Amino acid sequence: MRRARIGVLALQGDFAEHTAALREVGAQADPVKHPEDVAACDALVIPGGESTTIGRLCERFGVGDAIRDLHRRGAPLWGTCAGLILLAKEIVDSDQWRLGLLDAEVARNAFGRQVDSFEVDLPMQGVDDGPVRAVFIRAPYVTRVWGDTQVLATFEDKIVAVREHNLLGIAFHPELTDDRRVQQYFLSMLE
Amino acid sequence: MVEKSTWCSKVGFAEMLRGGVIMDVTNPEQAKIAEDAGAVAVMALERVPADIRAEGGVARMADLHIIEAIMQTVTIPVMAKCRIGHFAEAQVLESLGVDFIDESEVLTPADEEHHVWKHDFKVPFVCGCRDLGEALRRIAEGAAMIRTKGEAGTGNIVEAVRHMRRVQKDLKRLTTLRSDELVAAAKELGAPLELVQGVASTGKLPVPNFAAGGVATPADAALMMQLGAESVFVGSGIFKSEDPATRAHAIVHAVTYYEDPVEVAKACKEVRGAAMVGLDVTSLTDEQRLATRGW
Repeated sequence: MRRARIGVLALQGDFAEHTAALREVGAQADPVKHPEDVAACDALVIPGGESTTIGRLCERFGVGDAIRDLHRRGAPLWGTCAGLILLAKEIVDSDQWRLGLLDAEVARNAFGRQVDSFEVDLPMQGVDDGPVRAVFIRAPYVTRVWGDTQVLATFEDKIVAVREHNLLGIAFHPELTDDRRVQQYFLSMLE
Repeated sequence: MVEKSTWCSKVGFAEMLRGGVIMDVTNPEQAKIAEDAGAVAVMALERVPADIRAEGGVARMADLHIIEAIMQTVTIPVMAKCRIGHFAEAQVLESLGVDFIDESEVLTPADEEHHVWKHDFKVPFVCGCRDLGEALRRIAEGAAMIRTKGEAGTGNIVEAVRHMRRVQKDLKRLTTLRSDELVAAAKELGAPLELVQGVASTGKLPVPNFAAGGVATPADAALMMQLGAESVFVGSGIFKSEDPATRAHAIVHAVTYYEDPVEVAKACKEVRGAAMVGLDVTSLTDEQRLATRGW
């Protein structure tokens, strides 16, 4: 069997960190930013960055439709921070462009501005052997889930990691730490 | 235990801005245009560098009302500039809640000997550099992002290119040196040995490296990205041109697909009016050069 191709959406954001982190655990990961390259992936990561910027670029260059096609084909999609916002169906007080795939409502910059960014150890469902180090940067959180969306992690009663079938949404940045268990978790969604 | 404003969250935030365009704006209307064009952040200013250059006088931190009005208008991050060494201006900007502070040579320096000790702050800082030594001195002081100084307000890319090439050349050179030679290199660069050793082993700066100072066209932006910049600051280039909205849009396009000439050409064609009038950098006297401010 050929190795799964993991794309990391490289329109804007910390795609280099995501790509490096996935390669560290042996995945074949590459930055992608043209619709035809997105279409050739078996799974896709939507990185952290500015959700309005990435959303506008997705819309402008036809990348958003390619991602929706991937989703229809059942490919796992993982969004971190801005990526989570773009996956969600609802965004509090915002009409910005989104993929709108995940049964969840997200609030942007919900923990405050950059001066309020923080790190904390959090237990995450499906990730064994202790808590993960969660780095929150101008982070969103999930205000509401419905349908088949499951909550994987919370911080002070706020939902910060969710999964709905082949969709994984995380408000923090596992790609910025040395711990690769969340990457392993995402890769296990390909099985 | 919750740890706030860690080094990881500061540098991580800088990394989130990669592959983007940060635009200088002087009022909420311009900030909205920048956000709609796809800017990853705006720099809130009272005057763009070209006007600072033309009008002269002491250039200080912007009017806080302007910064606040811009913060209330857009959801993307808002940056603001303080004078080199003016840590009280930096404290004020931090208390306002700006997302990044640019300790900038575009403003009139407040201290000719010392830069701000940036580790004392919760808010991350970006600083300009002309070479690797200067970049590493700023990182040692706590800068979480580095940018080339270029020559702001000229619409002339030549100095940004010079600074980016010099940094890249210095980086490459360090990776070829033996351990004992790194000590001499650190002395020569005027930078801490620990940072020099780190750079020698990775071949890159420990924080993101952006381009600034003279970007006026989509092709300028693509040039800087291909030379190794991870994002681009556009100062006077957008709002001193005849077509700010389309130009902002086009520069974002060029940065997104910088390595693809067909896309950069499309971006160039989007532009509808004249670029800002440029300045020949060789005609500037030493006093008129902003890049020589700071060390």
